[in-house]
Amino acid sequence: MKELSLNILDVAKNSVKAEASLIEIELIETEKTLLIRIKDDGYGMDKEFLSRVLDPFSTSRTTRKVGLGLPLLKLAAEQTEGSLSISSVPRGGDQPSGTTVEAFFHKDHIDFTPLGDIVSTIELLIQGNPDIDFRFVHTMPDKEVSLDTRELREVLGDEVPLNDFAVLSWIRGSLEEQYEEQGSNPDME
Amino acid sequence: MKSLEELAQIRERMKNKVALREANGEIRIVVGMATCGIAAGARPVLNALVESVVKEDLKNVTVTQTGCIGMCRLEPIVEVFAPDQDRVTYVKMTPDKVPEIIEKHIKGGHPVTKYTIGAVEN
Repeated sequence: MKELSLNILDVAKNSVKAEASLIEIELIETEKTLLIRIKDDGYGMDKEFLSRVLDPFSTSRTTRKVGLGLPLLKLAAEQTEGSLSISSVPRGGDQPSGTTVEAFFHKDHIDFTPLGDIVSTIELLIQGNPDIDFRFVHTMPDKEVSLDTRELREVLGDEVPLNDFAVLSWIRGSLEEQYEEQGSNPDME
Repeated sequence: MKSLEELAQIRERMKNKVALREANGEIRIVVGMATCGIAAGARPVLNALVESVVKEDLKNVTVTQTGCIGMCRLEPIVEVFAPDQDRVTYVKMTPDKVPEIIEKHIKGGHPVTKYTIGAVEN
C-alpha cells in the first residue's frame, strides 16, 4: 500500500464485516509519532482467532483462505520500528463486544509510509456503508480535525441517507476545510 | 467551517427528489474495494466515479462498493449493471478512464469496449 490511509480503508472493512454499528478511527500525531486506532463494536474475535489473525494465511473470508489487510498494516508499522496490537471481546460474554486495532509508527523513520489522502478514505467508508456510524478524529500537534456521522444523521433525519451525493460532498468539504483552516495541510494525494 | 445548516438545506431539497429518482431505470456502478482492489488503485477510481456522478448530476445512477471479485490481477475492477443490458466489466481501471465511461456508457448507453475484460484478456 502506498498510503496508510489505504490501509485504514482496508482494515476498517473488517469492522464492517463484523457487523459494527459504530466504527471509530482515531489518528493521534506528535511531531515524531503517529498512532492509528480503529475501534469497533462488532462481534469481536475469540482468543483462538485473535492469536492467528496477523498470519497472512488467516482470514474470515470463506471464498479464499488468505487475508492480507491486518498483516499489511502490521508490516507498515514494524518497518518504522513501530508495532501493531489488537484487542477483542467476542460477542456473547458479559462485556460489550468489539475489536480495537492500534498501529504505532515512527514518522521520522525512512520507511514510514505517508498517511496520504485520509479525506477520501473517510468519505468512501461512509459512501460504502451509509448505515454504519463513523467517528473520525485526527489530532495533530497544532490542530484537530473531526467528524461524527451521528451528528450528521440528527440533522438529516431518516429521509436522507449519508451516502447521498450532496451529503458526501458536504463531508469532503467539511474535512478539507478543517485541514486547511488551522494551519498546515496533511499530505494529500 | 461547513455548517450543519447546509446539511439541513440538503435535507429540504431531497424531499422533492425521491419520487423522481424512483421513476427512472437505475444504473448500478460497482467498484471492487477489497485489499487487492485498494492496493491496485481502486480508491481514486471510486472517487472519480462519485465525483463524476455528482458533477453530471446523474439522478438514476448509484455507485456501490463490493469485495474481491476473484480476478485480483485485473484490479481495479468496475462493473456496470444497466437495465436491459448485460453486465459490463471494466478492468485495470484508472481515474483517467472514468470520464469516457461516464460519457459513452453511463450517459450514452454504449460500453467502452476497449477497457472491458474481453478486450484486455484477448
